[in-house]
Amino acid sequence: MPVTLVKERFPSKVGEVTLGATAEQGGTRDSVVVVGGDNLLPFLHFEGKVVHRPVIAMEVTDIVPPWNEAIKAQFGDVLDNPAAWAKKCVDEFGADLIYVKLIGADPEGFNRSPEDCARVVKDVLAAVGVPLIVVGCETPEKDNEVMAAVAEATAGENLLIGLAEQDNYKSIAAAAMVHKHNVIARSPLDINICKQLNILINEMGLPLNKIVIDPMIGGLGFGIEYAYSIMERARLGALANDKMLSMPMICTVGYESNRAKEANESVEAFPDWGELADRGVLWETLTATALLQVGASILVMRNPAAVKLVQHNIADLVEVAEA
Amino acid sequence: MIIIGERINGMFKDIGEALRNKDPKPFQHWALKQEEGGAHYLDVNSGPAVPTDERPEAYKWMVNVIQEVSNLPLCLDSTNYDAIEAAIKLCKRPAMINSVPAERPKIERVFPMAVQYNAAVIGLTMDKKGIPKDADNRVAFAMELVAAADEFGMQMEDLFIDPLILPVNVAQEHAPEVLESLRQVKTLSNPAPRTVLGLSNVSQKSPDRHLINRTYLAMAMAVGLDAAIVDANDDDLVDVAATAQILLNKSIYADSYLKVFRTR
Repeated sequence: MPVTLVKERFPSKVGEVTLGATAEQGGTRDSVVVVGGDNLLPFLHFEGKVVHRPVIAMEVTDIVPPWNEAIKAQFGDVLDNPAAWAKKCVDEFGADLIYVKLIGADPEGFNRSPEDCARVVKDVLAAVGVPLIVVGCETPEKDNEVMAAVAEATAGENLLIGLAEQDNYKSIAAAAMVHKHNVIARSPLDINICKQLNILINEMGLPLNKIVIDPMIGGLGFGIEYAYSIMERARLGALANDKMLSMPMICTVGYESNRAKEANESVEAFPDWGELADRGVLWETLTATALLQVGASILVMRNPAAVKLVQHNIADLVEVAEA
Repeated sequence: MIIIGERINGMFKDIGEALRNKDPKPFQHWALKQEEGGAHYLDVNSGPAVPTDERPEAYKWMVNVIQEVSNLPLCLDSTNYDAIEAAIKLCKRPAMINSVPAERPKIERVFPMAVQYNAAVIGLTMDKKGIPKDADNRVAFAMELVAAADEFGMQMEDLFIDPLILPVNVAQEHAPEVLESLRQVKTLSNPAPRTVLGLSNVSQKSPDRHLINRTYLAMAMAVGLDAAIVDANDDDLVDVAATAQILLNKSIYADSYLKVFRTR
């Protein structure tokens, strides 16, 4: 007797968000990136459809970043030139998006002006044809000024800008509304705050399809299970028609995985751990691939060797779905 | 929790008169007002305001004037299935048919129509002899309706079993039997049928209607109630529905959950 597979059917799906704008749409991008849209648990292709494959955004900072040499060496001499760096990420490493992090704005560091920051973003826009994600230096007051300037200088480009957080979402949501960008809504590994923040931003008048959830994550070995369970609840919420949790998710994989000691210590310091060059790549790769399985739509990554592995993984997962 | 707004009913004087005079305003007023209050569906019932043979036309007219202002799906409430069939063709969103008892000829009339129009059906746990006194007999009728849904190829989630609550001031012993029925109905199949109550009936002619309604709503939700035909503009009642849904872990908590519950 043939066995009928029990299939789960969900009443709703993850919302779609479009990033970037071509010339016809008022921007200057070669093409746009659409994320979300799935009506299934990740890659359970017999139950639904993978509408848009997950994408990789590569991190670019406005000043030379404090990363380990194993990563930096792969970029050669571009790390002091964000435009050239971004171009290399797209042309050589196949990045779908560039995630510009304006750490040079940090008042405790270089304290760059909002205008200087906006100029960096414009330079990167000129250098690449992919859509951009732009975040500040994680100092709320300064970021509000910086992101207002960036949003204005790039009006029409339909960027994804951040970070809107529960205690500081109004200026950035307003900047996105006025200049027609999308917003990253970040919550501290907390599904209830995640939902509430989406509600608050939406109440200001930003449509739900202009919001991307950053649930915050833990890297491999540092709470990734917790991030996984939060993301799973959000995904199930979206599929059960909870509109306030239906946005696609962005995960800062490169940042979180490379904070781990395991991604930075040399083999000399820990002979049992093996070569850092391999270990760091795997640490970031495994963080990324685990989160793909729970519905990450945008992976923000750092290490080009890890990007390559995850690109393969995504291709395999989507190919099976399309077969 | 699905809130079905009860106010568009010819038993109410303004709606009955408006139906006789073909005045769309009260229909449109209550459609919008109930949507604002938190209704997911609008019940539509002509009541005795028009003669039986004119009901198909009356239901068509009501559906049209309501849909001019509201996108909510409709719950077509009549025992006149010709009227329901005439109106259901005009519904822009899948409707709910309210209702069919566990009587074979009526099941055969209604279930194929529901499948054809992708509509949900409210199935009453009663037959010609009336409403059972206890849970066991209510559940037996529910089982007949569940079997019929399977037989006619209806999605089980599209069957809403109504175990029929009676006024507490005259039939107090029914209240716990209905709760027990709700609990058992959810075990009849997998996926289970959904459940509904004409909630306001529990408080007929009692002075503390709102309190009785919302207390019973919370109790019923805890044992498996999925939908209720209610006064959607009773804010305290809708707040109880939203809160019970959170406490049952059916939707994810956020500080603004009361507001979100009313967002359509």
